Amino acid sequence: MRDIAKSFPGVRALSGVSFEVLAGEVHALVGENGAGKSTLMKILAGAQRADEGSIEIDGKAVVIDGPRAAEALGIGMIYQEFNLVPDLGVVENIVLGHEPQRGLLLDGAQAAREATTVLTELGIALPLDRPARRLSVAQQQMVEICKSLIRKARLIVMDEPTAALTDRETDALFALIKKLREQGVAFVYISHRLEELPRIADRITVLRDGKAVATRPIGELSQEEMIRLMVGRELEAHFPALPPVPAGAPMMLEVKGLCSGRVQDVAFTVRAGEIVGLAGLVGAGRTEIVRAIAGADVPQAGEIDVAGKRIVVHGPHSAIEAGIALITEDRKAQGLVLGMSVRENTTLAHLAQFSPRGLIDFAAERTITAQEIAELRIRTPNSEQIVRNLSGGNQQKVVLAKWLIGEAHIYLFDEPTRGIDVGAKAEIYNLMVELLRRGAAIVMVSSELPEVLGMAHRILVVREGRIRAEFAQADATPDRVIAVATGVAA
Amino acid sequence: MSVVPESAPNKDDVKAALEASSAQAQAQARRTALIRTGLALGALVAVVVVVNVFSHGSFLTATNLTNVLRQITFNAILAVGQTFVIITAGIDLSVGSLIELTGVVMATFANAMPFDGVPLVLATLIVGLLVGCFAGFVNAVPVVRLNLPPFITTLAMMLMARGLAFKLSHGRPVALTSSAFDTIGTGFFLKIPVAVLWMAVIVAVFAILLTRTRFGRYVFAIGGNEEAARLAGINVRFVKTMVYVISGGCAAVSGLLLMARFSSGSPQTGIGSELQSIAAVVVGGTSLMGGRGSVIATFLGALLIGLLNNAMNLLEIESYTQDIVLGAVILIAVVIDELRKRYLRGAAG
Repeated sequence: MRDIAKSFPGVRALSGVSFEVLAGEVHALVGENGAGKSTLMKILAGAQRADEGSIEIDGKAVVIDGPRAAEALGIGMIYQEFNLVPDLGVVENIVLGHEPQRGLLLDGAQAAREATTVLTELGIALPLDRPARRLSVAQQQMVEICKSLIRKARLIVMDEPTAALTDRETDALFALIKKLREQGVAFVYISHRLEELPRIADRITVLRDGKAVATRPIGELSQEEMIRLMVGRELEAHFPALPPVPAGAPMMLEVKGLCSGRVQDVAFTVRAGEIVGLAGLVGAGRTEIVRAIAGADVPQAGEIDVAGKRIVVHGPHSAIEAGIALITEDRKAQGLVLGMSVRENTTLAHLAQFSPRGLIDFAAERTITAQEIAELRIRTPNSEQIVRNLSGGNQQKVVLAKWLIGEAHIYLFDEPTRGIDVGAKAEIYNLMVELLRRGAAIVMVSSELPEVLGMAHRILVVREGRIRAEFAQADATPDRVIAVATGVAA
Repeated sequence: MSVVPESAPNKDDVKAALEASSAQAQAQARRTALIRTGLALGALVAVVVVVNVFSHGSFLTATNLTNVLRQITFNAILAVGQTFVIITAGIDLSVGSLIELTGVVMATFANAMPFDGVPLVLATLIVGLLVGCFAGFVNAVPVVRLNLPPFITTLAMMLMARGLAFKLSHGRPVALTSSAFDTIGTGFFLKIPVAVLWMAVIVAVFAILLTRTRFGRYVFAIGGNEEAARLAGINVRFVKTMVYVISGGCAAVSGLLLMARFSSGSPQTGIGSELQSIAAVVVGGTSLMGGRGSVIATFLGALLIGLLNNAMNLLEIESYTQDIVLGAVILIAVVIDELRKRYLRGAAG
């Protein structure tokens, strides 16, 4: 790709970006949200067209004017949100759009043969008939990779492939990528997890503000240097220092015998000024715990005391009234109304404050939204911008703004920094510290081990719906936490 | 409560952001509104000019335009209720039948009452509203409790209500014995048909309800992302139930106006009305996917359809051709709307 430029109304997304991938190479592409990674890859995949610049494959100039064209050129694209048909089985999904036929009829046996061939070549086992909706995230990803391969892809673009994977699944994915690389398949690997790049990538290109600022062999850049190139400024230590929990701080949240779905008999407490981290594998039941406390799922049993007072949770409304805010893991599906403006999303959970006499006071809404935009540094032209048009980190800040304008004193963060850039991450950590200073209690679910270890006073390890161990921050090491999470140690 | 990470932004930052917000916001809102209504208005003006020329000036007369307004009252009121339902990504197919059912019930009720005059009109309206709103409630319960598609529940209600209307009236129109309804049906106030004033009030009240109240905001939020709305503490079941109740209530008011106009409650007047109302909503630019829409735009949609019908009548175009033209207009309207959306969404990276 040479001198690629792309502008959207009001935004210059890419200017003069050149980017090359060699056969059998894993080329990492990093940059803050909004740096232009997605746009560049969408141009490669034919989802968008460049305003300027050229694309060459094997030295020949090509025109990619749509997804079909990209596919024909051997470019496979695996987005962060997968493109599987939820109700179709593994085989049907793999051959989708390329179904083998006998005459006018589908040839199911041949489809199964083709799918099995790819799967065996890769050495992965998947239940062939299971509908995609019932596969784990890692399995769905495998299906996506097979889909690309059956289309004879020679270049596979992966956007944040490990964001939702456990460490073990990540290892499996890396093994798979290495195997394919030996067969000459090239990869563009987009990730915010800089620490994993040396394990998998050959070279790295850093994008910043729509420009490629560096392309280097991976060994030549340390993580600190990558971050500096991405943000264009020095960042201090990854995590802010947590203020110690004040002696005699009041108990803010006390949970006893909580049962909800797979969650069994969970009990823990959080004091004012304290962050409790819930660690564990994806699917261990951590999300269910915070959802039950916030009334997103109605708990089947259990007692929840907020500041010493028993509350009955029969829906999100009762939890919000008790001062509990849930920042969900999936901001697009659960946190935001994407088609609404920043203002409308910010006030959504506390609209009563802005309509004392029945009619909504738009000016009051705009005032508070402008405050939140300034204080959280939300990058948006104004309060009326539709949140769909914001980058991931800024969308997450809008979710936070929604809960900050209320009088919450218990914050449940579920994967607060998933898929957002380094700068925004640091801002969110600082915000958590600030909340602690104001006497809030925080429960944080995170699949990123460094985050749990760095940002929680106490760490509870969840496995199969139960809390299996508790560590103080000083005692928690990655090995000990992982040992409990995977069931190696009790 | 608001929270300050790292360093506190100074007041100027906030002020600047606020100023940017209000000035740009207003400009943006104005532009969006302009594009949204501009197309409908442009089409209107074009039609008006062409038709007026070809009908030798009989189109742009006060009498004719008043007529058009009176003709669209029934559809416009139905479409107002339908707009609320469609913004939540639902649909209400029962409104046509509910016009008939409420009409027959109201006429039977009015004939049976010993009193007359304004009290009779009010009592009849209340009875009609009870029937319409209750039917809307029944439409909503399986939708909000069991997550059944509203297409099915309102289709069932469409059949049941029509059947019931026929049964109650033995298949014949129920003629009104009282003349208390004549004012609503054929009367004028300041040279404006009374029914048109009813429509104006309903459009205004529901436009405010949709854009200026919490309830309206929640309707949009549910249509845009029901789960996010629920997690924000919104009583999704209540709001969704209420949109069907509103739609049923609008059908009842429409039924009253229709009954007053023809001095009878008839079990056949509403056939096809549900589709007419959906057409008005869609032509007005409301998305069937939910999350977007406007009562005023719906009114303009109903007006456009009404003007087209009237124009084609004046031009002596036969009714089959009229259907073809109307269908084409609806198609063109949604295509233009989709293109407009793509243009506006182009900025999303």
